[in-house]
This record gives sequence, C-alpha cells and structure tokens, in this order.
Amino acid sequence: MSKTRRIEILVGAFMAAGLVALFFLAMQVSNLGSMHGGDTYKILARFDNIGGLKVKAPVTMAGVEVGRVLDIYYDAKDFRAVVVMGIYSQFDAVPDDTFAKILTAGLLGEQYVGLDPGGSSVVLKAGSEIAVTQSALVLEDVIGQFIYGKAQEGAK
Amino acid sequence: MDWLAALGRVGLSFAARLGRASLLFVAMLRGLPEMLRRPHLLLEQLLSVGVLTVLIIAVSGIFVGMVLGLQGYYILSRFGAEATLGVMVAASLVRELGPVVTALLFAGRAGSALSAEIGLMKATEQLSGLEMMAVNPEHRVLTPRLIAGILSMPLLAALFSVLGVYGGWFVGVGLLGVDDGTYWAQMQSQIDWSDDVVNGVIKSVVFGVVCSWIAIFQGYDCVPTSEGVSRATTRTVVHSSLAVLGLDFVLTALMFK
Repeated sequence: MSKTRRIEILVGAFMAAGLVALFFLAMQVSNLGSMHGGDTYKILARFDNIGGLKVKAPVTMAGVEVGRVLDIYYDAKDFRAVVVMGIYSQFDAVPDDTFAKILTAGLLGEQYVGLDPGGSSVVLKAGSEIAVTQSALVLEDVIGQFIYGKAQEGAK
Repeated sequence: MDWLAALGRVGLSFAARLGRASLLFVAMLRGLPEMLRRPHLLLEQLLSVGVLTVLIIAVSGIFVGMVLGLQGYYILSRFGAEATLGVMVAASLVRELGPVVTALLFAGRAGSALSAEIGLMKATEQLSGLEMMAVNPEHRVLTPRLIAGILSMPLLAALFSVLGVYGGWFVGVGLLGVDDGTYWAQMQSQIDWSDDVVNGVIKSVVFGVVCSWIAIFQGYDCVPTSEGVSRATTRTVVHSSLAVLGLDFVLTALMFK
C-alpha cells in the first residue's frame, strides 16, 4: 500500500467519522429525527390569558403532538391573545367544536395547548378559529382566590 | 514622555500586526484555486491537522461527558430531576463545551504544531527557497493548512459532542441508574436541531478559522531564530485560547437569546 493511499484512507475515515457524528447529533441528540416535516395548516384560537405559552410550544390531542404554536399576538380590539397553531396536515379531521385549553406539563413544566375534540362532523379548515377556549391557569390567581375564600369563611 | 512614546509604539505595532495578519488571510484565500488543482496538499494537512488530533479529542470528549454525567446527576437528583440528565449533558456539550474545548485542544495540539512547522520553515529559509523557485509559499504552504483547519474543526467538535453524550450516558445510565429511554427521549425533545446543533457547528467553524489563522500567522510572522519559533508557538496557544473564549461569549450572546 503506497503512502498516499494510506493518507487517503486515514483522512477518508476521519471525514466519515466526523460526518457520522454530525448525522448522529441531528437524528439521535436533537429533535430533527422526530420532527414532523412537511405541511401544516393554520388554525386560530383566542384566549383571555395565555400564561407562559411560547411560540413553538406543542399542540396536543389526547396527549399526542399534532402541531406547534406558530405565532402569538395581542388583539387590541377584543383585548385577547390570539394563538396561531400549525396543525400537521395528516391530522385533518379536527371537529369545529373542538375545545382548546392551555395546560402545564407537570407542576412547573412548560405550557402547551391541549385540544379536546368535540362531536361535530364538520371539520376545521385552514384559517378557521376555535370558538371555545380556556385560559392558562395562573398560579397567583388560584392562590388569590383560595386566600379570598378562606377570608370569607373566617368572616362568617 | 517616554511612557507615552512606549504606549504609541505598542499601539502601532499592534495595528501593523493586525494589518499583516489580514493581508496574509486574503493572500491565503487567493491560493484557493491553486490548492484545488493539487488536492493532495490538502489531504496531507488534513492528516496532520485533523486525523492526528482525533485521539486527544475522543479521549477528552468521553471524560468531559462522564464528568458532566456525574456532576449533573448529583445536582439534578437533589431536585428529583435526574430524568433531564440527558438534556443537560447534550445541551452543554452541543452548545458550549463541544466547540470551545475542541478549539482549545485544537490550538494546543494542531495550532502549536502548525506554528512551529511554519516558523522552522521560515528559519531554515525553505519559504524563501520556494519563492526562488517561483512557487508562491503562501499559496502552496499556507492555504492547505488553513483550509484543513477550517474543515477539521467542525468534524472534531461533532465527534467530541457525540462521544461526550455517550460518556454521560455511560455514567448516568450505566452506573447511576437513570432510565435509558428517558435519557434519550428527554434529550431529543429538548435539543433543537437549528437552535442548538447548527449554532454549535457555526461556532466550531468560526473557531476553526480563528485558530488556524492565528497559528499560521504566528508561524509566518515569527522572528526566524530558535527563540523566535518558540515564542511564536507559545503565542499561538495563548492568543488562540483567549480569542476562542472571548469570541465564544460574543457568539453565544448573538445566537442564544
């Protein structure tokens, strides 16, 4: 085996190992392997309070991820937050009376949107809006209500 | 007045150095077409800059990952959050430790060798010899070394990160009893391809450019004596390390908001 050939093989092995490592980072370490590529369609939902919901948070149905939050903005006309969700196109049968609520993963985990399908046979189309929503649970409000309730009990 | 003059001298020599380094960089880029016609030059440099650095990168990667696994486990288990060990190990490796530690090791292993080699070439007048034969030493000798450094760094950093993740896996899952499935699943759901991995790769490319550039410039610009070469080698390691750490802060501030 000539010297050049040996160098070529060693360098080739190095490049291959490096590229395999990059591929491994992509598929095994990061979310690229499990990312739902391809098409999504947008649906909207208005919430009184989105709590700590962030763009890219998952949208789930029965606990299964069916989409991602694409955009969040404030609608100055009706004083509510509009959450734009991208639903993967294979989940194209979301009933139009679906109920959207903001949930928290665990006690202190990140927040995500949960969809509870309704019974309607009409499905949501791209750009349509979910009518029934439930705001995020804000811990301070809950504690406030609890203390207020206790105080009222004490006053009796 | 003397100290003012001294300060001025330092400033001027710094500016001159920076100018020479920039000119050298441009000259090396100009050698690209010539290098592409002689790929074996690049191949030889990839061997000495990349392949021969793999061993130290691999060993350090595994040990850094194992230490992260241990330390992370002890801290996270206090909060009952051992399940996120994989995320912690992978995020710190892919975002910071992979590119930075690889660059520091690269400066110590490959950068110092580059400086010493080029410095000795200059001291023994091999570079002038090339010029006498109408061969441009910047294109023939320096360009392949720069490109080899730039190509090697991201690959080495990726190897470092992957082996580190396995090191953390060995300690966390193998020795301390974190669940295997949780380790990988949490990692996959929390580490983002474009935010974390791609930014880490961009960092390592930048470090590759900076480290090879500094090493080559120090070698090429050294005083052609044995003392000069030794100083150039030292400066390569010191300047590269400082540049990498400083740039890392800037890049992190720009990338991760």
